[in-house]
Amino acid sequence: MSLVEKTAAQLQEMIHTKETTIAEMTEKAFDRIEALEPEVDAFLALNKERATQLAAEMDRVPFAERGPLFGLPIGVKDNIVTEGLVTTASSRILEGFNPVYNATVVEKLKAAGMVTVGKLNMDEFAMGSSNENSYYKKTKNPWNLETVPGGSSGGSAAAVASGQVPFSLGSDTGGSIRQPAAFCGVVGMKPTYGRVSRFGLIAYASSLDQIGPITRTVKDNALLLNSISGYDDKDSTSANVEVPDFTAALTGDITGLRIGVPKEYFAEGVGEAAKEAVLEALKVLEERGAICEEISLPHSKYALATYYLLASSEASSNLSRFDGIRYGYRTEKAGSLLEFYMNTRSEGFGDEVKRRIMLGTYALSSGYYDAYYKKAQKVRTLIKKDFDDAFEKYDVIIGPTTPTPAFKIGEIIDDPLTMYANDILTIPVNLAGVPAISIPCGFNNGLPLGLQIIGKYFDEETVYRVADVFEQATDFHKKTPQTWEGAAQ
Amino acid sequence: MAKMTKEEVIEVAHLARLAITDEEAEHFADQLEAITNAMELLNELDTENVEPTTHVLQMVNVLREDKSTPGLDRELVLKNVKEHEGGQVKVPTILE
Repeated sequence: MSLVEKTAAQLQEMIHTKETTIAEMTEKAFDRIEALEPEVDAFLALNKERATQLAAEMDRVPFAERGPLFGLPIGVKDNIVTEGLVTTASSRILEGFNPVYNATVVEKLKAAGMVTVGKLNMDEFAMGSSNENSYYKKTKNPWNLETVPGGSSGGSAAAVASGQVPFSLGSDTGGSIRQPAAFCGVVGMKPTYGRVSRFGLIAYASSLDQIGPITRTVKDNALLLNSISGYDDKDSTSANVEVPDFTAALTGDITGLRIGVPKEYFAEGVGEAAKEAVLEALKVLEERGAICEEISLPHSKYALATYYLLASSEASSNLSRFDGIRYGYRTEKAGSLLEFYMNTRSEGFGDEVKRRIMLGTYALSSGYYDAYYKKAQKVRTLIKKDFDDAFEKYDVIIGPTTPTPAFKIGEIIDDPLTMYANDILTIPVNLAGVPAISIPCGFNNGLPLGLQIIGKYFDEETVYRVADVFEQATDFHKKTPQTWEGAAQ
Repeated sequence: MAKMTKEEVIEVAHLARLAITDEEAEHFADQLEAITNAMELLNELDTENVEPTTHVLQMVNVLREDKSTPGLDRELVLKNVKEHEGGQVKVPTILE
């Protein structure tokens, strides 16, 4: 019985025809995780005992009461709190933190009957583009273990790409779902800001963060978004809008659909391989009846600077709650209360987190507030307007997800600006708050490339429809990495 | 953008409640200077008459009835607290 190549529908069919049980499926998932973890290092914590027990109970639930994801295993990014399962956001400062409640999305996974098998590695507090900033371990890209899986949801993408789990949740502040999905050759969706509750997501930059699904197929992704979306009165920024059935949008018909292709997403710094793969993808979509036209998002080049000022400012505020008093790591070297705070935070946070806290504190400090923070908020308006204008004429905007495929571990870790440039094509989407997906669209030297499809506010349906048409027309999503072969099925 | 000095970094670190060594301060000064220099790009844009965006959606105040609802149980709240006594969180001495 192999679960690794199956979709949600196929897995349900296997359970229904008694080819397998939820208990057996869960056991196989753990077998595969245990076989692959020494190579991939995607998980920070496993939930084996409780998941095994839960799976056995779930086998007794009548078929009529089960939804499409019932009994299926899922991994959750470690910045999403899970009751009774250690949650650290990959930071030393939350070492051993055992949440006493669930994030809303976790409650929703439970309600859908999904089995949380464990917590996935990430860049500390979701700050990073390579997964090298975790305090605990470095996750490897299943396609080439010497390269990074991307960040910050690198564990979530690598676990799906290596077949350890068919589904995972990530979070995306500047591209943290889409960039690792592109690097690992899987499907990653950042929904519209406000579509999915952020209650229980350990905050990095609250005006940009959004939880989203990572899967191997577009349809599975739509199914998972169905189950985690919706208004939540525990999140004051949650959008009170209707949640459609996203799978119903997968009609296969994109005749007459208008695609804007921003010239800025093909500018200097974006590699040839990424450009060519996307141009080929556009041909595929044109053959299916879409109309592609070059457009301009003139403020794209300002997005990176805008993002780092705003995200760092919000982070400096959000991360002020980590003081060692109420939870997590605390220093042994304490004199006064002030020293206690300062030592705890210095020992607890890693370098990238400190860098961003300091940048944010600087940008918000009285002498620089107008020059940096307020300026960036104004440029954000211009970036958002670029999208508003484009979406008056176009149904979706398409470009590469990342400028290059995955890079080598250690290659650019000491060069923050080059590292930040990885997110240059994904960041504008977070600043505007619109939805976007990354799906596999090619390979370069054996490493996957991602196609980014950006949609209008709350129009994930059209994004999924286009993604599904491309997936149906191509085989990229069927290819599997080297780690896949020979591992326990 | 003026050069970011080691002293400025130490001041910012203090504001952010981070203890850093002289050596770290120098390292961060170089990196933060490079980063803030890159941010200078925004000054190319005239934003005189542009409204800032703090939130992408049209948001209204979220209000609820002024009615008390049960919160987390005190024992649960204290579960992750390393030092507590009589249902209260202990902190290092504030007043000598």
